[in-house]
Amino acid sequence: MGNSQAQLQVDCSTLTRLPSESLPLLRRPLCFAAALFQSRATLVRQIEREMSMDDNVNSNQNRRITWEGCSVLLDINDGDRLIFSRLTAGAIVKIGNKNYPLQPLIGCPFGSVFQVENGINGPCLSRAIQANNTEDKKECTLKDESRDNRALIDNNTAQTLTGDDIEGLRRQGASGNEIVEALIANSATFENKTSFSQEKYRLKKQKKYDPKVILRRPFARSICDTYFKKYPARIGFLRVDTLSLLLSFGNVMAQSDVLVVDMIGGLLTGAVAERLGGTGYVCNTYLGDSPHSTEIVRIFNFNDEINRRIVRLPLAELSAPEDVDSKEQSVLQAANSVDNPSDQSHPVSMEETIVSKVHKAAKPGEKAPEDAIKLWRENGFSSLIIAAPDVDAWSIVKEVLPSLSFSAPFVIYHQYLQPLATCMHNLQVEKMAVGLQITEPWLREYQVLPSRTHPHMQMSACGGYILSGTKLYNDSQPDK
Amino acid sequence: MFPTDSTNKLSFNRKISDGDLVIVYEKHDNMKAVKVCEKSILENRFGVFKHSDWIGKPYGCKVTSHKGGFVYLLAPTPELWTLVLSHRTQILYIADISFVIMYLELVPGCVVLESGTGSGSLTTSLARAVAPTGHVYTFDFHEPRAVAAREDFEKTGVCSLVTVGVRDIQGEGFPKDLIGVADAVFLDLPQPWLAIPSAGEMLKPDGVLCSFSPCIEQVQRSSETLASKFTDIRTFEVLLRTYEVREVKMDQCQTEEATPGSHRSCKRKLRASEASLWQQDNSGSPIVMARPISEAKGHTGYLTFARLKCVE
Repeated sequence: MGNSQAQLQVDCSTLTRLPSESLPLLRRPLCFAAALFQSRATLVRQIEREMSMDDNVNSNQNRRITWEGCSVLLDINDGDRLIFSRLTAGAIVKIGNKNYPLQPLIGCPFGSVFQVENGINGPCLSRAIQANNTEDKKECTLKDESRDNRALIDNNTAQTLTGDDIEGLRRQGASGNEIVEALIANSATFENKTSFSQEKYRLKKQKKYDPKVILRRPFARSICDTYFKKYPARIGFLRVDTLSLLLSFGNVMAQSDVLVVDMIGGLLTGAVAERLGGTGYVCNTYLGDSPHSTEIVRIFNFNDEINRRIVRLPLAELSAPEDVDSKEQSVLQAANSVDNPSDQSHPVSMEETIVSKVHKAAKPGEKAPEDAIKLWRENGFSSLIIAAPDVDAWSIVKEVLPSLSFSAPFVIYHQYLQPLATCMHNLQVEKMAVGLQITEPWLREYQVLPSRTHPHMQMSACGGYILSGTKLYNDSQPDK
Repeated sequence: MFPTDSTNKLSFNRKISDGDLVIVYEKHDNMKAVKVCEKSILENRFGVFKHSDWIGKPYGCKVTSHKGGFVYLLAPTPELWTLVLSHRTQILYIADISFVIMYLELVPGCVVLESGTGSGSLTTSLARAVAPTGHVYTFDFHEPRAVAAREDFEKTGVCSLVTVGVRDIQGEGFPKDLIGVADAVFLDLPQPWLAIPSAGEMLKPDGVLCSFSPCIEQVQRSSETLASKFTDIRTFEVLLRTYEVREVKMDQCQTEEATPGSHRSCKRKLRASEASLWQQDNSGSPIVMARPISEAKGHTGYLTFARLKCVE
């Protein structure tokens, strides 16, 4: 920030081009902005440099390089197979019928690609540098395609290499790519295929004999996508675009206090916590004494700051008077020690004990601190998000809406339409909210290739329904 | 619109003051942004409203006009702002905005580049996602629009998070000062392929780029250009379908077990007791029903996402 004024002026002029008349009016905020702009850029670069040298797990949640013990998403063959894993000493991934240790992935940037190899010490993953796409690939697809498939008969006799031949090649040390080339060379029909068909064939063989593993960062987007593909019921069939709408309608941002009812394994809690960035709170509320499971939160790689912001509070205590608290608290503290029995079987718990020897890691999902509870009782939460796909929406809303600030947005996700229709109707009749709207998100992906652009053949038909609105002021709650 | 620290959270102090920006809610599809001014009035179909009546009232309250009509006063959020801002250009709506922010993986502290600024609809939501420690650098080659956008950001209180530059990104690329600084880049340009190489320089490895284009030809050309330095190129379409909810008394198709025969003969033979039965069956209690609203958006644009390849 100690740059000279002269340099500042130069940046000012390259950045904006305003007619001289308006210059006196806007010059001051403009140059100030340019100052911010110039110094911020250098500041950001400085911070990035320092961070890459900082090995501490507790640094910025936006780390782009893996570390020992971090949670990762392994993407095998570009979305064909997705596996969450943790980069611990003995972790492996099974591809085909071989086990590959994950140790080489530690310290690599997210987004790196690995290929399988038969190393000296056995099967291993090695870093593959992604080559820039070749120009000749484009050429062959642009010229007019004269071939077609009228003479091709699909009877499994085209390939002359047998499974044993391929194994032999592998033992001789042939790389995955070489095996693919060998298969192409030994296919009687390859030359007669259209160029599109040849590309498809090559890709198919590559996936089998030369699989690639992409090291992906677990983030709300990739975690939701993966769960929606593999275990959609666990997240109540919440699709990624629907989740993104919950976060927008719910006005989730730093310093906000978001009340959630998360009955989808913690995906919503984690996504909200990610957007809070270590400030504010995401408070999970529940009926009875035991909170809903939030095991998905662990996959997010949250640091202490963010974990501390993930708290819980039973519904009964959201508005209970102070003196009832201490008794309930001791009951809950006893319940805490037997909380989440799934912890013991999860490999993560081992990680946390190792880390805690170095410093005490903050666990997500602790009971909300007293001072926060007091503030929430006085002022209410700044927004409310409900994802309880198996519970009647109105029955939850009428309990939790009083804890929301006036003019605060709320959004409810459900897998069925009818409960939301009833809930919306009741909110309208009771005049509790305004701007009520039920929306159903629609998402379609496209394949974009030269001469082959069209929507994907498969798509998700339903990602659930959302009811959104803004809470109105009512005099029965004058404090808020 | 956004709290800067824990002392001025959104949930605190929700009383309207002079100079505040409020969203006046008349009807579901009728809202406007009004700057509260002690001496001003608001005039609409419901009557005349004095701003001075509003000051000191809590957000979310109902206020009445001189002739008894009423409106609601809401606190501004990026979603409400998108619905009330003045359109200088075609804007992005919540379906595209929320999907973009999700896929660009924006969290507090991120730096994001945008071109063109347009009417600042997306920009406001980007600012929310990266607040308070991140920043949005947005560029538009149309000077008056850039100025109008800056004014809007002052109005909504997000100007400390947004820097608006007047620059032709297609022609000149992004400024060299921002090389390697961006976590994400968003392009809404007529020829995004011209800006893609520069965007690639601004992005950190594995950073995400998004290009929004109404036409499939633009998408095809962009995807080709992306192929050299980017990976994970995916194109999507997002839309929202809205439902309306009302109480409906549905007619039942009734067959009397006690009186066999056709429906018509039933009616003709109607006696006092049967008459009341018929009416009872016809007036069942209303049920809340939902059905899609017939008007819907068919298309806004294609969203193409890509990640910058890691080369080290």
